[in-house]
Amino acid sequence: MSVLKIKDLRKTYHTKKDEILAVDNFSFELNEGEFVAIVGPSGCGKSTILQMICGLDKKSSGEIEVPLNIKIGFMPQGDSLFEWRNVLKNCLLGLELTNNVTKENKEYVLNLLKTYGLKDFIHAHPNNLSGGMRQRVSLIRTLATKPDILLLDEPFSALDYQSRLAVSDDVYKIIKKEKKSAIMVTHDISEAISMANKVIVLSNRPCTIKNIYNIELENKSTPINNRKDKKFAYYYDLIWKDIDYHV
Amino acid sequence: MYSKEHKDYLKKIKLHNLLVKISQIFILVFFLVIWQFLASTERINTFIFSSPFKVFETIISLYQNDDLIHHIWVTVYETLVGFGLGCLIGITIASILWANKFLFKVFDPYLTILNSLPKVALGPIIIIWGGANATSIIIMALLISVIITIISVHQGFTNTDENKIRLMKSLGANKWQIFSKLVFPSNIGTIMSAVKVNISMSLIGVIMGEFLTSKAGIGHLIMYGSQVFNLNLIITGVFILCIVASIMYYGVVLLEKKINSKWD
Ligand SMILES: Nc1ncnc2c1ncn2[C@@H]1O[C@H](COP(=O)(O)OP(=O)(O)OP(=O)(O)O)[C@@H](O)[C@H]1O
Ligand SMILES: [Mg+2]
Repeated sequence: MSVLKIKDLRKTYHTKKDEILAVDNFSFELNEGEFVAIVGPSGCGKSTILQMICGLDKKSSGEIEVPLNIKIGFMPQGDSLFEWRNVLKNCLLGLELTNNVTKENKEYVLNLLKTYGLKDFIHAHPNNLSGGMRQRVSLIRTLATKPDILLLDEPFSALDYQSRLAVSDDVYKIIKKEKKSAIMVTHDISEAISMANKVIVLSNRPCTIKNIYNIELENKSTPINNRKDKKFAYYYDLIWKDIDYHV
Repeated sequence: MYSKEHKDYLKKIKLHNLLVKISQIFILVFFLVIWQFLASTERINTFIFSSPFKVFETIISLYQNDDLIHHIWVTVYETLVGFGLGCLIGITIASILWANKFLFKVFDPYLTILNSLPKVALGPIIIIWGGANATSIIIMALLISVIITIISVHQGFTNTDENKIRLMKSLGANKWQIFSKLVFPSNIGTIMSAVKVNISMSLIGVIMGEFLTSKAGIGHLIMYGSQVFNLNLIITGVFILCIVASIMYYGVVLLEKKINSKWD
């Protein structure tokens, strides 16, 4: 079942000096439970696409169709935790803003925190957490409002390579366990292949779809294990050749 | 338990800090002793340069005959009112200008001009319009602190992390929620440093005002001293001012520490 349909999406930014065509001719469909990764050279318009999907940016033309009962949650670049709130209060932010801090919802958030290894840090402040923990808190903050689709904008870009691997494993498991559909923007090809069912490769600006790959690994398991799959290198080469890195 | 190495390290830091404190006190004592020595041996004219003992005597006689406490209170009161209003009005206007970019653009050049204008120049006008009273002095203090507060706090507000604003919007926040739950709390640091500057700014304004017109206050004592050519009184006034200024400044620093400690 499709939870998101995008047709001929287009975005032009107007600045004093120039008119920038950031996204052009972008169409695709997200099915329930799918994990889609979007890769592309930096500055091509990946964040713009996500921001249009969740309504933070106006589209210039095209269509974004979301069924009425489908809710979208957004995780911005970096973790954007509020240092002056403790972990629980950070996670309750979305509910607080919409006046939904009910007992059940709070229970739900507390459960998420306990399930994903943050039990002892519920009242800690973000600056006492590791990069990986912060990322999990950020994800739980988005999950707290019970979205059906998660939009992740380079969720791991602030982490060093080691924790990046571990955290992407964690985040992947959480998303699968909570049965969410997801669109993740990244410029790390391996990350995209190891996590997604589908990888959309974008061209340089204005970004249009260059190719869409269905990732069919021999033994699909967690992101870290997927990196050892026989077909991993095959997809890596294909996508690497697609992206114009000489900019 | 810490290792011996760590204990040594802590000891070293303590010793270092103690040394700094001792040196600071030493400089003060040294200065006072030399001053008194030069005065007692009549190497300097105490009529012009006064002396620590004379300052002390003057403080006692002011306390007994001229209601020193009242003078100090007047200055402190005017400063605190000017300071409080300056912070309040400054932060409020900065918030309004953050919320309305059009207004900010309109007022931007005026703020810049007012900021670079030496506010002393407005003193005579304020006093003629407002009358020779405490209100005029408070307005003076307010004027000096409010413009710089508006500019620096607004600057902080507009520099709020774009990603955090996006997050708030994606969670359905309205403008007031973005302000009260993100922009304001994330700028507590900026606000506190503006506040710290303000307490000194207000005191400058008050002393300036008291020079121009006043019936009481530390500035009044200094001004009176200069009119009757009583250097003792002037130097004593400056000395008291030093103490009052530092007490108020550390008061604000303490407040800042208290607020910061709530954060982590
Ligand atoms: N508010 C804006 N006004 C004008 N131009 C913008 C604006 N936001 C983005 N752009 C331009 O649109 C293009 C796409 O930006 P976008 O942030 O979507 O790229 P990106 O693929 O996410 O880049 P990165 O990999 O660096 O995150 C860039 O060239 C950028 O300069
Ligand atoms: Mg981006």
